[in-house]
Amino acid sequence: MISKKFVSFVFYMAFGLLSVTYVSAGEPKKIPMYTFSEFEHWLTKDTDSVYVINFWATWCAPCVKEIPDFEKFNAQYKDQNIKVLFVSLDFPNQIESRVVPFIERMNMQAEVIVLNEPNANKWIPVVNDDWSGAIPATVIYGRGFYAFFEEELTFQDLEETILPLIQ
Amino acid sequence: MKKLFAFLSTVFFISTSFAQGYNVGDVADDFRLLNVDGKYVSMADYPDAKGFVVIFSCNHCPYVVAYEDRMIELHNEFAPKGFPVIAINANDSVVQPQDSYTNMKKRANEKNFPFPYLLDADQTVYPKYGATRTPHIFLLKKDGQDLRVAYIGAIDDNYQDASKVEARYLADAIIAVSNGQKPNPETTRAIGCSIKKKR
Repeated sequence: MISKKFVSFVFYMAFGLLSVTYVSAGEPKKIPMYTFSEFEHWLTKDTDSVYVINFWATWCAPCVKEIPDFEKFNAQYKDQNIKVLFVSLDFPNQIESRVVPFIERMNMQAEVIVLNEPNANKWIPVVNDDWSGAIPATVIYGRGFYAFFEEELTFQDLEETILPLIQ
Repeated sequence: MKKLFAFLSTVFFISTSFAQGYNVGDVADDFRLLNVDGKYVSMADYPDAKGFVVIFSCNHCPYVVAYEDRMIELHNEFAPKGFPVIAINANDSVVQPQDSYTNMKKRANEKNFPFPYLLDADQTVYPKYGATRTPHIFLLKKDGQDLRVAYIGAIDDNYQDASKVEARYLADAIIAVSNGQKPNPETTRAIGCSIKKKR
């Protein structure tokens, strides 16, 4: 009986140590948090690239649904002058508890930042004057093109919108 | 559709808006929707009201949750002055199961909502108003027999922390309207959860 308990104790200790090692083996993710004025330059870059700026949050179901499509698009086209940026609008006190685990779970490779600016009335119209504030929302711009979408996008939508710009 | 849209945007450098619905100054239609108490509610049921704070809301959205206590306080402050809150959940519960009628009753009970919490089951009200997200507020003012939209937008300027609010957009708008003035601003915007359409 005692030995059985001891065995399971050893087992749990070993398992616990393993999981700690596993966690610390991964690169600790640090998600940069910006105010709107710090973030704004992302909306007006004048380079040869096409920028896909997606506003999302972990609690937004349609956002979560479209992320794999954006990730797939990023994986396939990031070497062709396309830059995908995920702008999280999660609550700033939930970055460690929600956003970081979410990024790891979804294995998100494109860059993620957090926009922390409580007075959305000031910055929403700067992103796009037609944006009511619902998410997901996506700005696609570059190479003389500009489009704003206050709706879910699919991989196909992204290809149809962006591929003509890079070919 | 997307191709055409992209083409138009390229050529004219325009961004389009799919938003339809009421603008400030428009006459708003009444509705008759099921409340969490099992009864139907219309604005016509409030002959003494001077107007209404119509809030498109839901159960699941963290931005709504962040504002629920403020919604209750607004009702308690302004219902006695003739501007009761009426909350409407327009989300389809197949798309967002947390926003089912059963869960609405549960949430209303937990928070002890002093205002009606109605279900836009057929999703006919929210598109007419032009609500796109939760929370999305439409302040209506009685104008003779009509209900006229006086303010559209957010409750205040800080969803994160009620104690750090600098501008109480909605409260200020109600006060302005009560004094026969135009709210300033008449529209504001806020981040919110998109209203979930039936598929």
